[in-house]
Formats: sequence, structure tokens, C-alpha cells
Amino acid sequence: MSDSDKIIQEYTTREYEHGFVTDIEMDVVPPGLDEEKIRFISRKKNEPDWLLEFRLKAYRTWKQMEQPNWAHLDIPPIDFQSYSYYAEPKKKPRYKSLDEVDPKLIETFNKLGIPLEEQKRLAGVAVDAVFDSVSVMTTYKETLQELGIIFCSISEAVQEHPDLVKKYLGSVVPIHDNFYAALNSAVFSDGSFVYIPPGVRCPMELSTYFRINTKGLGQFERTLIIADEGSYVSYLEGCTAPMRDENQLHAAVVEIIVHKDAEVKYSTVQNWYPGDEEGKGGIFNFVTKRGICLGDRSKLSWTQVETGSAITWKYPSTILKGDYSQAEFYSVALTNNRQQADTGTKMIHLGKHTKSLVISKGISAGRSQNTYRGMVSIAKNAVHSRNFSQCDSLLLTDKCGAHTFPYIDVHNSSSVVEHEATTSKIADEQIFYLQQRGLDEEEAVRLIVNGYAREVLQQLPMEFAAEARKLLEISLEGSVG
Amino acid sequence: MENQGSLLSIRDLHVRVEDKDILRGLSLDIRPGEVHAIMGPNGSGKSTLSLAIAGKEGYEVQGGQMYYKGKDLSEMDPEERALEGIFISFQHPVEIPGVTMMNFLRTILNKHREYRGEEPLSGREFLQRVREVATTLGLDHLIRNRFVNEGFSGGEKKKNELLQMILLEPEMVILDEIDSGLDIDAIKTVAKAVNGMRDGKRSFLLITHYQRLLNFIEPDVVHILVDGKIVKSGDKRLAEELEARGYDQLVASVQQ
Repeated sequence: MSDSDKIIQEYTTREYEHGFVTDIEMDVVPPGLDEEKIRFISRKKNEPDWLLEFRLKAYRTWKQMEQPNWAHLDIPPIDFQSYSYYAEPKKKPRYKSLDEVDPKLIETFNKLGIPLEEQKRLAGVAVDAVFDSVSVMTTYKETLQELGIIFCSISEAVQEHPDLVKKYLGSVVPIHDNFYAALNSAVFSDGSFVYIPPGVRCPMELSTYFRINTKGLGQFERTLIIADEGSYVSYLEGCTAPMRDENQLHAAVVEIIVHKDAEVKYSTVQNWYPGDEEGKGGIFNFVTKRGICLGDRSKLSWTQVETGSAITWKYPSTILKGDYSQAEFYSVALTNNRQQADTGTKMIHLGKHTKSLVISKGISAGRSQNTYRGMVSIAKNAVHSRNFSQCDSLLLTDKCGAHTFPYIDVHNSSSVVEHEATTSKIADEQIFYLQQRGLDEEEAVRLIVNGYAREVLQQLPMEFAAEARKLLEISLEGSVG
Repeated sequence: MENQGSLLSIRDLHVRVEDKDILRGLSLDIRPGEVHAIMGPNGSGKSTLSLAIAGKEGYEVQGGQMYYKGKDLSEMDPEERALEGIFISFQHPVEIPGVTMMNFLRTILNKHREYRGEEPLSGREFLQRVREVATTLGLDHLIRNRFVNEGFSGGEKKKNELLQMILLEPEMVILDEIDSGLDIDAIKTVAKAVNGMRDGKRSFLLITHYQRLLNFIEPDVVHILVDGKIVKSGDKRLAEELEARGYDQLVASVQQ
């Protein structure tokens, strides 16, 4: 065994940093899914009839659908009846003030680096903390309210702002969109709701932190972001889960509506438990994220840093409907050990003079499989539109795989689509050069990979760029071979 | 056995690269403060020597010893050799996309400082130091918003090696064809940088094809390397002789 192999072994056996379990009493709905369970969730959340109908319709649709299998993924059979679809802390599901929150929950988020206490809060970042199926706490809510900004859990929005939720829910990702979106529409538990009124520039980063804790629980969050005319918001989500031997299910839906002259930046730092080095356990992450640039000159920008999950199936997409609207997709997807990722984006150009940019950086290590799947579609009426896509893959070992599946569909002659793709292996020459300057092999790989991912990392809000860099470094430990 | 008093002592070194014997019994002693030059035709093993000293994977030492400061180099990782003060300038420095010059220089400098038990430089001290050195080399434009060696001209890459050399303050400097592809002005800049680093303790090994560089950096000892062995050593007049007669003639005279 060579030195570098030894280093790999040492580090891959290192534990997932966020793998602890919070011992807290939870009300967990028994496993399985039927109409009665859906009525129960809806009742528990005191939902209006139209929402119960929405859920039931979704459930009936889902029952008719089959799990998609077109992705470059090896998904073991999933028994959807074995999961529990709802869990909430026993002691009061929603808290009016922090004094009412179970100290164990506060401690959990503290451990994750998300302090909820007033004096310790991250400056310039409002946080919605979601634990299993419920939102625990939203910080800086009052400050935002003064500007007319609504930032709360979606359950709360259903109660307080039903008209807005009713108008937009399912408008970008319809119930029947796909198998996992239909399931989410039937059983979604909590998630964030954001509304930015016309002309308002949100003065702080809005952030949701998702934590799966309960064993055997599926998490199905639903996020809805609406940026009204001429507004701006930057939103970030982060995710972790304890280490468990069985696979946990996560199927989220995110919908974003960007009106005329508005801009939304949506960033994800995803660090769900990836399973152990042999591929045991880990989160199945089946996520549907889609935004619509509804108005003219609107802009939506996605940035994702994906290092976690056993299996990732995720394609944050944008429908460019307004004329002169713009969309961007920046992605770093790192897979190690036995992880599998099939991820990318769809850019659907409908409006005239629309522009999209795709920068995807895949990093494969261990025996992982990393796939970029992207679609660029330019409709007949989307004249003078442009897309530029760049998909790079970096291989760190000779046992991993990188794959690129671009789909391009252009229906007019005035538009321009460009696609560039590269695949490279981390060069021994680069590592040796840095070793000759005093860095060890691990440090050298970290520096090279950070450089490789730079274009994407620098899109992240400053507060999170450093964290994302650290996360990449941790996920990389021992990946050299 | 290592030679007492040498900074770098190489005894009967045999190195194999990709199943080919490249160095076949090379011996060399460099004392503190000395400047040695190794000259030789293409394929004689000049670069292999520098990479073997650096500890590059694939440069298998089949026999002989290398001692540095009395320590057996075969027991040290490449980064340990670097941190102990061996600096190699590469003939073709690699590009590292996305890694800014500033981040790179600061990372390696602080790593060396940490190894020597010194505090890391503050942002301001570091900036001041880098700017100062970059200015003397005419590299000011390359330290702002540029990635390591990316899009650098041949000459800029060579000067970037010297920038690192000056920052890291190594004790044993090996310059592998630092003069290749450089015009006369650039060679003078290189010579000025090297001469500025000579302090009576720091040692240099200049690997070169031509005598030209040695007009500006005066060596104490000149070695001629042919087929993996040093066939002749002498003072700087040997380089002049080589320039006048050419390798073939000189080698023939040695072999007779």
C-alpha cells in the first residue's frame, strides 16, 4: 500500500462532522402513506380545505406515477411505505419566543454553527431553522417585517398569508411534474416562505437550515420564494443529518417566482450525510428546484455546492419567460467513496433576448460516480437568445467516474448556444510542484481543488464562501490516490 | 558516507526513470556558500538529478546516497526536503488554474515560517514583502488577480520561480535551466537575483546547457555531466573551454 493510499484510508474512516443525534422526544407519525395520514398532517397543521385538496390530488397523482429511472444512478428499491412522513418535537411545535424552545434544539443548532440566540446570531443573516418536519425559529423576523418582507415557515405563511401561498404554490412545479414532486406535494411538512415587496432590496441574506434528526423519517420541505417587481433577495439553504445505517429520504420542492426587474440569488450548501466508505447509509436526495423569470429583465441565479448525500438527483432549472430575462447556474458537485450524483440544470428560453449561463464543476473521488445532465431549450419565439455552458470534470482517482449529458434544443436561427466540456485528472505535476514548495499531498490537493472550484465559490455570499471552502476540504480528505 | 562539511553530498548515485538508467554513479559535494554549475548535453541526466534530489515519484534511486545537512534524503518526503531548505526551480513550471498568486505565495511562505517556528506574516507584512520582491523582478503585474503560472510567458514563469526562491529563503538552491528561452536582459535579471541571494552560506547548483549564464553568475566549480556521470570538474575556465570546443570534443578528450 502506497503512502497516498494510506492517507486515503485514514481520512475516509474519519467521521462525518455533523453525524450526532439529538435525543429529544418527538411525535412521530407511524410509517406508511395513505389518504388518512395526509389528512392527519393537514389537520395537525390546521390547514385550509384548498390545501388539503391540493395534497390529496397530489397523492392520487403520485400513486399513478412510477419512480423515474433515466438518471445515471444505481438506486436500490425504495419502500415508500417504510418511511414515516411526519415528526415534530413533543413540547410545542411552534415557538413564540426562544424561551419556549427546548434547550436541546438550541444546542443542536449551536453545534451546527447556527446560533439562534439574539446576541449570538450571525450578523446580516436571517435564519429559519427547520428540525425534522417543523420550523423551530426564524431570526430577525421583525426587522424584515418593517420593510414588508415576509420570511417565515411555509406552515406559518399558510395561516398568515394564505392568498399568496394559494396563488403561487404549484405554479412553477405542478403536482404532476415528476414522481418526487408529486410525493412532496402530498406530504410536504415545512420549509421557508419568502416574499419581497415591489422595489425592496432585502438588506440581509435569508437562510434556511435543514436538519433531519429522527430515524426513518422522510423530509419533504417546500420552499416558495416570490420576488415582486424590482426587488432583490439573496437566499441560502444548508442541510445536514446524523449518521445512520439506513438510507433516509429527502424529497424537496423549491419554487421561485421572479417578477419584472427583480433579482433572486439562490445558493445551496448541501452536506447531507453521504453514507460510510462502503456506501452504507446516507441520504437519498431527490429534489425538484425550479424558478421562473416571469417578468421582463428579471434575473435568477443558482449557486450550489453539493458534497453530501448517498444519491443526488437534482436539476435546479429556470424558465426564462420575460423578455431580456437572465439566468445563471453555478455548481460544484463533489462525490467521494460510493456517492452517486446526477445533477445539472435546465434552461428553458421562452422570452426574446433571454440569456443563460451554466458553469458546472464536477469533482469525483473514491469510487464515486458524478454526472452532469443539462438541458438548454430555446423556443421559436425566444429570438436572439444566448446560452453558454461550461462543464468541467475533475477526477481524483482512477476508480471514479465522470459523465456529461448535455441536451440542446434550439428552435430559431437568431439564437446562439455554446457548450464547452473538459475532463481532467488532477495532475501529478501540480501536486509535486506544491510539494516542492513545502505543502503535503493533502494540502496540495485542497489548494488545487479550491482553485478549480473558484469560479463557483466566489458566487456564494461572503459569509458562506469560507464555510463552503472548508466543507470541500473536509469532503476531500483522503481522496487522493 | 557523507562528506563532512558539505551541505549536499551525493555518493555514487544511480537513478532509474521508466526502466531506463539515467544517472549511473554520480558524485557531488557542495559546501555552504558554494556555487556549482552542472553542464551537459541533452539527455545526460541534468534534470533527473534535480528531480531525484527533490524526491519526485518515479525517480527511483537504485544505488548510492544523498545526504543533506547530514540527513539521508531517502528518508524524507518531498515536502520535508523543501521545508528543510532545498528549493528547485522547474524548467517548465505548471499552471494551477483558479489559485491566485497571492493565495499561493502566502500559503507556501507561511508553511515555511511555521516549519521554522516563526509566526505567520500578517496580511500587510506579506503584501509589502511580496510587492518589494516582485518589483525587483519586474513582476508587479503578475501578482494581482493572476493565477499561478497561468498565461505567463516563458520568461515570466522563470522569474516567478525566482520570486518564490527569494521569499522562501532556502539554503540549497537548484536552478534547472533557469536561463533557457530567456533573452539577455532577462538573464541579467536572473543573475542579479541569484547574486543578491549569495551570502556565503547559501549554496547554489546551476544546471545549464550554455556557458552564457555563467558570465553573470560566477561559479566556484563547474562539472561536465555525460551519460549520467560527472566526467570532468574544474573551475569556471572549464565552462569557457566547453563553450570553445563543444561537448563532443571535450568528452572525447576526457575519454581518451
